[in-house]
Amino acid sequence: MDARYEPKILALICTYCTYTAADMAGSLRLQYPPNVRVVKLLCTGKVDVLHLLAAFKAGADAVMVSGCEIGDCHFLEGNLRAKERVAHAKQLLAEIGLEPERLEMFHIGASDAPQWAKAVEMMTRRARVLGPSPLRKSEAAATPAEGVAA
Amino acid sequence: MIVAERKPFAEIAQAVAGYRRVLVVGCGTCVAVCLAGGEKEAGILAAQLDLAGQLAGRDQRFATACVERQCDREFLAELDAAAREHDALLSLACGAGVQFLAERHPTLPVLAGLNTTFIGVNQDVGVWDERCRACSDCLLSLTGGVCPVTMCPKGMVNGPCGGAVDGHCETDPERDCAWTVIHARLADSGRLANLEALVPPRDHSRANLPGRQTHAAYLRRYSSHD
Repeated sequence: MDARYEPKILALICTYCTYTAADMAGSLRLQYPPNVRVVKLLCTGKVDVLHLLAAFKAGADAVMVSGCEIGDCHFLEGNLRAKERVAHAKQLLAEIGLEPERLEMFHIGASDAPQWAKAVEMMTRRARVLGPSPLRKSEAAATPAEGVAA
Repeated sequence: MIVAERKPFAEIAQAVAGYRRVLVVGCGTCVAVCLAGGEKEAGILAAQLDLAGQLAGRDQRFATACVERQCDREFLAELDAAAREHDALLSLACGAGVQFLAERHPTLPVLAGLNTTFIGVNQDVGVWDERCRACSDCLLSLTGGVCPVTMCPKGMVNGPCGGAVDGHCETDPERDCAWTVIHARLADSGRLANLEALVPPRDHSRANLPGRQTHAAYLRRYSSHD
């Protein structure tokens, strides 16, 4: 593996739970890898299979979707829909020969900052083991990410 | 509704492998409802093919378009300009739509992305069941609204074959005998006398001639063209 390889991870997270947890992780000065780029959504129910495929096309090494805990969705079932779409997108990735492990769904409550830090650590470790996505266009895309939390 | 399912990805990828610019054409009616070939499915398939092409190091471009119905010329006309800019068209319509698109673009390879499965009904979200074989000789008024041509594996039209066990088909114990269901339905609606009607042997002339029908209101218009 290239020693300079820094995984680029996209996180699509909901504003009500996981984003709040990520925000709290920052306030608590919890340390986690700066490889993750966060996109805040009103609800993970907004996440579409096309968004997930587009993320890999854009060169993401891994993508995480994180919503509220099961039963706690602000919009009742947005996180359940996201869960099914992530499962579907994993099948689509497997069909084209890209490791489905590069994509994962998480459920992290608003008060669970340590869980967010653990999830990012887990996905970063996984992305390092899997190596750079074969869809990365150039090394310029592999510059280290700017973290959302210190 | 016509029900179809997407072909295995590997088969589609192989079919388009030799073409640089491919237009994935969705169909917005039946196959959109059964989540096989609508605008969304065309987008997903194009994205998948795009990624697979990049992984294989191929220089390919996949664009998408979706028309209301590929079985109507007025909608296919919308695609004419876009089709000319592509090396191949990948149609996500039923078999009829694929053929009509190919007929309109005889010099372009038109590829099929779906397997058309049956005429059916929506049982639940994401579940469809076959109900009609388009035999062009409907018996449903006689048979209590249960089609023996579709529901009986032997297609018996004048009563059961005699192989049923406890109301289940001899070909599959999980399956209801169509004629047991028909009998129950007719009994419930007080129409058991229907069973005395004899259905004549089927007219198989359609087996070697694709069907055509003309609406009575348009007969004069089209007969004047002959």
